[in-house]
Amino acid sequence: MHPMEQFSIYNYARLFSVAGHNIYFTNQSLLMVVVVLAASFFMTLAMAGKRLVPSRAQSMAEVSYEFVANMLHTSTGDDGLKFFPFVFTLFIFVLFCNFFGMVPWSFTVTSQIAVTFSLAALVILVVIVTGFAKHGIGFLKLFVPHAPWYLLILLVPIEVISFLTRPISLSVRLFANMLAGHTMLAVFGGFVVMLGAAGGVLSVISIAPFLLIIAIMMLELLVAFLQAYVFAILTCIYLNEALHLHDSH
Amino acid sequence: MDLAAAKMIGAGLACIALVGAGIGIGNVFGSYLSGALRNPGAAATQTTNLLLGFALCEATGLFGLVIALIILFT
Repeated sequence: MHPMEQFSIYNYARLFSVAGHNIYFTNQSLLMVVVVLAASFFMTLAMAGKRLVPSRAQSMAEVSYEFVANMLHTSTGDDGLKFFPFVFTLFIFVLFCNFFGMVPWSFTVTSQIAVTFSLAALVILVVIVTGFAKHGIGFLKLFVPHAPWYLLILLVPIEVISFLTRPISLSVRLFANMLAGHTMLAVFGGFVVMLGAAGGVLSVISIAPFLLIIAIMMLELLVAFLQAYVFAILTCIYLNEALHLHDSH
Repeated sequence: MDLAAAKMIGAGLACIALVGAGIGIGNVFGSYLSGALRNPGAAATQTTNLLLGFALCEATGLFGLVIALIILFT
């Protein structure tokens, strides 16, 4: 089996067409629907009891809520808290996508650059709209750091380029991490199958890559959480810059 | 040299970017540990910066890996 085969997209049903391009309901769309349903059901059912002493599910929901709220508050301050629903939705969506991708035979939504770039573009769009809504044309001061004028000749282009590459780095980070991790798992899975089929001593040796797969699986679970966290914290940092420019909150 | 061989060599060369990522990630965690062991009280407040540095570091290396994958699979 080819290691990249797991990322192939299958069309299930044709929905409609836009300017001659057919829009399909694919296995990726199916997984995204499953993820959104699972996340919403988990959050609503976990909080359904509203007990003072939380049950296990309720404390999971509360911990994730407080985690994101703390993250947002420490990086953007009080006036950033109105973006909490946005950041929380992003975090939970990316987290659930990453974890659903870890289930064997399922599909990793975040290993598609189309998905991650859409998310990153949405984040940057929100940042730009927030910045212009709050500061007006003064938002452009974001590109002018406090420095002598002769350094600004060098610094302003660097700031502009670094702002423009943000959607690319934000999306490619998530996409490349997921792609590389799942490819690695498939490659080691191929080792197990090939060694196991070879017969004799080689079949016994195939236990080694199998144990390695378990270790890599643990690492991938960590990476799945970490990338969702990084995506959310970078969103917070970009929002903070849009809200407060270069001053700290 | 035919195109397929050149592609393989190019993809291998693009993966050299991961050397830098490895050095960078090692540096991030090493510096964090040496700082955290000297001042354990401040360690917990810096985990955000630690993970951020880790992620930024890793991303630059992964750009190289993506180039390698693009060369191989297009």
